[in-house]
Amino acid sequence: MRDESTPRVKTGLAEMLRGGVIMDVIDAEQARIAEAAGATAVMALERVPSDIRRDGGVARMSDPQMIREIQAAVTIPVMAKARIGHFAEAQILEALEVDYIDESEVLTPADEANHIDKWAFEVPFVCGATNLGEALRRIAEGACMIRSKGEAGTGDVVEAVRHIRSITGDIKRLSGMDGGELATAAKNHQAPLELIRWVAANGKLPVPLFSAGGIATPADAALMMQLGAESVFVGSGIFKSEDPQTRAERVVMATTHFNDPAKVLEASTGLGRAMDSLEARKLPEDQLLAGRGW
Amino acid sequence: MVAPLVGILALQGGVLEHAAHLRALGTEVREVRTPAGLDGLDALVLPGGESTTMTLGIAREGLEEPLRAFAASGRPVMATCAGLILLDRAHLDVLPIDCERNAFGRQIRSFEGDVDVAGIDGPPHRGVFIRAPKVVAHDDDVEVLATVEDAVVGVRRGTVEGYAFHPELTDDGRLHAAFVAQLRD
Repeated sequence: MRDESTPRVKTGLAEMLRGGVIMDVIDAEQARIAEAAGATAVMALERVPSDIRRDGGVARMSDPQMIREIQAAVTIPVMAKARIGHFAEAQILEALEVDYIDESEVLTPADEANHIDKWAFEVPFVCGATNLGEALRRIAEGACMIRSKGEAGTGDVVEAVRHIRSITGDIKRLSGMDGGELATAAKNHQAPLELIRWVAANGKLPVPLFSAGGIATPADAALMMQLGAESVFVGSGIFKSEDPQTRAERVVMATTHFNDPAKVLEASTGLGRAMDSLEARKLPEDQLLAGRGW
Repeated sequence: MVAPLVGILALQGGVLEHAAHLRALGTEVREVRTPAGLDGLDALVLPGGESTTMTLGIAREGLEEPLRAFAASGRPVMATCAGLILLDRAHLDVLPIDCERNAFGRQIRSFEGDVDVAGIDGPPHRGVFIRAPKVVAHDDDVEVLATVEDAVVGVRRGTVEGYAFHPELTDDGRLHAAFVAQLRD
């Protein structure tokens, strides 16, 4: 009579995070600030993406002790990242009872051919995607939430926009196709036909679609929400800015009122300086994170 | 006959699923983010989500008093999960209840289970409990509608009802139907 970790329960948490902001934090102090500012969840990681970018080297799962301290500091859900394909890191995160595991391109991939078999876990997974085919491959592997990847750690929203427009645009195109065309679309997207058919019939992904990677301002959050994101992840954008608490509160406000320009104006006023940013288009190919995973 | 207008508090959370159930029952739906959004509503839903986030949003928007006044007006209110927490003595104090948050544990302990809900005929409702709360204390004038594993997970007083689980995440529309039926009496 009691069933844990059913698909409905795993996807259900993502559904309850809609319309909110998930914030990257590196310690308990930042986690408390994020919670007090109205974050719906925190992502526990040792270095935010802009620092990973600056430091170079191999980026791995965070120290479990740090994740435990963050779990003890807040009552909102705590997520943590595992490397692409690194199911042993994911097993550790499950043993820690994190609320969501992010199989993330922000960390250095551990397997160049395979993602984690996410069906094998009780804790739900979120995965990044740059296009519809990638999103559906992750869902076929068991992901319960998709986030458009963007280009993490840049403060440049252009890649997040490109990826969400690609995903929502391809969803719209499927809606007008007949059965034969859908079979071809499945081949072209390299995605299971069953999922392609579901998306065509329902006009959306079978799991919530959030957005990440380069969101730095309340206006960025409102933009992504208006483009069809159901929630936003903000990484370096908050705690690398001049006044993290105020910025965190205002990004939350702009995400709630994304369709109300007067409210987004209010949220955008008196914020202090944004994070130091990098123009994503000018990054050398080997420094781009979004191309990790496939 | 004009369709009833039901508001859903939309600061954050599982708004779409409630809206789908309510529309299927023939009501109009409005997302509520400000006090003005409560004007002219026949009923209100407080959805699931993160109660901390919603509490901060309610304070920021000046919604505390308007929400209390709405509940006191006798118009029906349905709350699920985080919405139930908002009703308790530590939050909006709409119902004389105390809730324990995340009372069944973290997400890995989230579950589905059969729940008999008072006033709902037929087989048990399949309750979806996601990082769900429990009602750990309540005054005598609060009616217990549902329990699971000896925990109180459904309550009502007057026209205000709250559940620790998510009927909106299931295909079982009976709880929403009973809620909307109050508007047609």
